[in-house]
Formats: sequence, C-alpha cells, structure tokens
Amino acid sequence: MSSAVADHELEAHFDATIEHADRIEPRDWMPDGYRKSLVRQIAQHAHSEIIGMQPEGNWIGRAPSLRRKAILLAKVQDEAGHGLYLYSAAETLGVSRDELTEMLISGKQKYSSIFNYPTLSYTDVGTIGWLVDGAAICNQVPLCRTSFGPYGRAMIRICKEESFHQRQGFELLMTMMRGTDEQRAMVQESVNRFWWPALMMFGPPDEDSTNTEQSMTWGIKTHTNDELRQRFVDMSVPQAKALGVTFPDPELVWNEERGQHDFGQPDWDEFWAVVKGDGPCNAQRIVHRKRAWDEGAWVREAALAFANDSSRKGESA
Amino acid sequence: MSDVQTHEPDDHESAYSGLLVNDAHWAFGTDFEDPLAGVDTTVPDGVDAKALAAYCLMLGDDALVLSQRLAEWCSNAPDLEEDIALANIALDLLGQARLLLARAAAADPDLVPALPEGSPVPDEDRLAFFRNDAQFRNVRLTELPNGDFAETIARVLLFSTWRLAVFERLSHSRDAVLAAVAAKGAKELTYHRDFAGRWFVTLARGTEESRRRLVHGLGEIWPLWPELFETHDVEHVVAKAGVGVDPAEVAAEVEVVIEQVLAASGVDRPQRGGLAGVQGRKGRDGGHTEHLSRVLTEMQVTARAHPQGQW
Repeated sequence: MSSAVADHELEAHFDATIEHADRIEPRDWMPDGYRKSLVRQIAQHAHSEIIGMQPEGNWIGRAPSLRRKAILLAKVQDEAGHGLYLYSAAETLGVSRDELTEMLISGKQKYSSIFNYPTLSYTDVGTIGWLVDGAAICNQVPLCRTSFGPYGRAMIRICKEESFHQRQGFELLMTMMRGTDEQRAMVQESVNRFWWPALMMFGPPDEDSTNTEQSMTWGIKTHTNDELRQRFVDMSVPQAKALGVTFPDPELVWNEERGQHDFGQPDWDEFWAVVKGDGPCNAQRIVHRKRAWDEGAWVREAALAFANDSSRKGESA
Repeated sequence: MSDVQTHEPDDHESAYSGLLVNDAHWAFGTDFEDPLAGVDTTVPDGVDAKALAAYCLMLGDDALVLSQRLAEWCSNAPDLEEDIALANIALDLLGQARLLLARAAAADPDLVPALPEGSPVPDEDRLAFFRNDAQFRNVRLTELPNGDFAETIARVLLFSTWRLAVFERLSHSRDAVLAAVAAKGAKELTYHRDFAGRWFVTLARGTEESRRRLVHGLGEIWPLWPELFETHDVEHVVAKAGVGVDPAEVAAEVEVVIEQVLAASGVDRPQRGGLAGVQGRKGRDGGHTEHLSRVLTEMQVTARAHPQGQW
C-alpha cells in the first residue's frame, strides 16, 4: 500500500469525522492546514486570556471594596487558568508553551484586539465583564462543539467560568447604578467607550474575513462574524435597558420585519489600525508581557535545574 | 464547578440567560453581605473589647497589606502556575483580613472611621480604605515592596510560618469568632508555607543566579523578622485574657521550621540585626516605613473618591 493511498484513506476518514460532527483527537490524522489553523486559533485564544489579565489587573490594587478586590483578583486568576488550559490544548498539536509565548512576544501571533483598549476607571471592570466577556461568550459558546476534542473540552470549562465573570461584571454595574449620580455617569461613560470595541470583537464583516470559510468547512468555526455580532447586539439591548444605560449608536433600532436589531457599523479603520499594532495599548501590553517573561527566566531555569538535579539524584539512589 | 450550575450542562447556548436573574449561585454573592452575618460576636466575659478589637486589627492589617503586595504579582509572575499560586495566597489573606476587620469593628465600633451621613460603605471597607497609615497596625515586614520572586518567596515563607504558628494557637481562643477565623486560616497558611518552602529550596539549589538572588532577598527582609516576635501591650492583654496569642511564645517553634528550611537549602542565617523603630514605635504602634503610605495611596484612591459610593 503506497503512502499516497494511505493518506487518501486517512483524509477520507478525517472528512467523515468532520461531516458527522464528531471530534478529532490529537493522535488522529489531520491535514497540515487544519493543524496550523488550530494552532493559530487556540494560541491566539490563549494569548488573549493572558494579555487580558492586564487591563483588569490594572484595577486590582485600586478596587473600591474588599469584596470587589476579591472578585477581581479571582477573575484575573481564572484568566491565567484559562490560558493554561488553552496552552495545554495547543501542546497536544505539537507546540510548546514557551514557543507560543515567544511568538506572542515577537508579534508573530496575535491576541484579541479588545485588550489594546485602556481601562480608565474602575467601572471598566464591570463593563468588560458585561460586554467584553459577553461578546467572548457569544464567540466561544459555539466553540464548545468545535471539531478538535481538546479545544472543545477546554472551551466548555472556560465558557462556564466566563459566564460567571459576565454576571459579576453586570452585577457591579447594576450596583453602581443604584449608587450616586456620579457613579451612574461613570457607568454610561464606560459603556460608551466599550460598546464599539465590543462589536469589533467578532472580527471584520464577513465579506472582509479571510479565515472564515475554510475554518467553517473544518468545523473549527461554526458561525460567521456577522451572525455572531447580530446575536450579541440582540442579547445586549434588553440588558442595557434593565441596567438603565444606552448604547452610543443612533442607528440602533428594532427591525420588526427581520425580528432583529438594525445597528451601525464600528469604525473599521480604527479596527484595522489596532489590529496592525497602532491601538492605544498594543505596545504597552507586549512590553508588559515580555518584561514578566524575561524577568521570570531565571526562575524557570532554576526550577528546571533543580528538577534535573533531583531526578539525577533519584536515579543514583 | 459543575455543582453550582443552574442550567442543563449542555445548554451552552444560554450561557447568557442567567444574567438578569438573581440566584444563589454567584461567586461572592449578588450583593455585599456582612462576612460575620449570623455569627455571635459577643465579646467573652472578662475580655477588654477594645484590646480584642485592636488585636484583630493587627492580624487583619498584616493580611490586608501583604495581600495587596502579593496581588501586585498578578500578570507579572515568572510563569502562569506561580501567577495563579500567588493570587491564591493573596486571596486567602484578603479573606482573612475581611473577617478580622469585621471582627474588630463589631468588638469596638469606635474604631470605625466616620463617613458622611447615609454612606453605605460597610465597616470592613471603612477600616480598610478610610484609615491613614499611622492607624494601620501591621508589622512592617508586610509593607515592603515585593522585590524579585526570590525575595517574595522568602517573605511568604517567614510570614506564613510565623502566622501559622500563631493561628494554630489562636484556634483555641476564647473568642469564638477568632477561633473560627484561625482554624480556617491555619489550613490556608499551611499551603502558603508549603508553597514558599518548596520554592525556597528550589531557588537555593537551582542555579547560581537563583541562589544568589535568594540569599540577597532573605537578607533584605531579615531585619524585619524580629519585630514579629515582640510582644505589644495589646498582645500581652489579649494573651492573658485567653483570646489572643503572645507572639514571643511561638518564637521557638517557628525557629525550628525556619532552621529546617535553611538546612535543606544550605543557606546560612543572615547576620543582620533587627530594624529599629522611631522612638521605639514599630508597625504594631502605627510606626511604619515610607512604603506603607504609598501602598495605601493606591489601595484607597477609588474608595476615597466615593465616600457615598455603592460597590
């Protein structure tokens, strides 16, 4: 049996697995393009969790109550945990956490652009929980059924925790809305700043998205950017109403005929500027991550040296 | 976490659906709750309530200030596992601080800073965010900057070893609240000590650089170590009344543990004397280093801007 025939059969098996919406597992045969696409997407997702620790971590030291400090610290800690699961899922595809971190720091791999926006008031912690984690959930919930097993299973766990975070964020905003006039104004101001970047989290409009089609065929991605964006808008409007805030979009209106909301387009020029590295915090986020990684190098080396030394002693004993 | 899910496990599409519903499953609750709600906070017979409150403030401030410092590691640790572990320790200490500050407020309401009429800020937050540095009673060891990872490990080792010994005794306090806080805290501190002890040995025997940094870091904090065993008047009073612990009494057993770690690491005891106070005033008296004021400036800024705020 020639290897060409074998590859052909393997590919047919792979295609059938995808078609039946079954899971591909790490030891199964998979096309190179599928593997590369997955590594790219899972790594980008892992990096987003790790970089995402920074904008919210920015307020841990200044949280306005001890309870809020505990909630925020636990949340940012969860994000580190999500990063861990996702790096582990990527490792099953043959790349190491160290390699992926190097690719993040050198700018070869990306992370969600939303984290290139600054957190300018404590309220942003709540808004990020509500809108950013909300948008992330819309993006991620379908990924629980993604074709690659370790990714899908990691996502199930992550989505459960993300929905906790979202509720906590929303609860912070609700509480602030019951507070002083100044606090209510802070909530509206924060929502105004994060609404458009949250809509951008679904990626460019479908006609400009290069990765969507192949990823959907492979079952890595299951909905288009525009579908998910619409779903997010439709879900967020009643929540804004319950909260007592508005979204900064004059075109946002219920369309009876479509049974969905019409809404305006984010500033896609700003989106591309941020994606290309010119966002308000792109450089800052990477410098921070690089500093932490570089400054920790001697610790990681020490742990490795100690482990090697201990195992040598263990062998000789 | 699956036991706290209210939705069908596979119902991922509705991850959004619980948002407008208040149920009992939100982590840290859906609103502020008195951490001592339902607990009998009566001060035991024969105990000076003001001394008990001052003592709770000391132990609470130790935890609060070190928690604030350790939380600075968040997103800055050498690797994700250490980031998570240091956040865990910070969270545990924060939990201890909340209970101890609430206990202090319940025992002596005069301690709690006054805020404008109608302010909804709870007692634990008034104590944390509306006292000045000279009103804090933490030992100075807790307020120093983190230094590098080695220095942080050395500090967590010293602090958690000392505090574990205190809490083990405190779990027999005549004050039921303190006894319960200490019993729970002792379990947490056992983990903190274990984490720091393992890293201490690892760094001591890892590479030349890690050893050099560890020895340096330990030396930096060593002058603050004797202060933890000096008996303050308040500690003397509460120990005598059977509600608190005289820290001088735990010195010997703490020493045994630290000597064990130093021996396993092949690290000598630093030869440095204790840091003097100012006219004898040290942390427990409200005499602090230059660092505490800055720590508090950051910690308190948002709360102080909104004395009528609801969080």
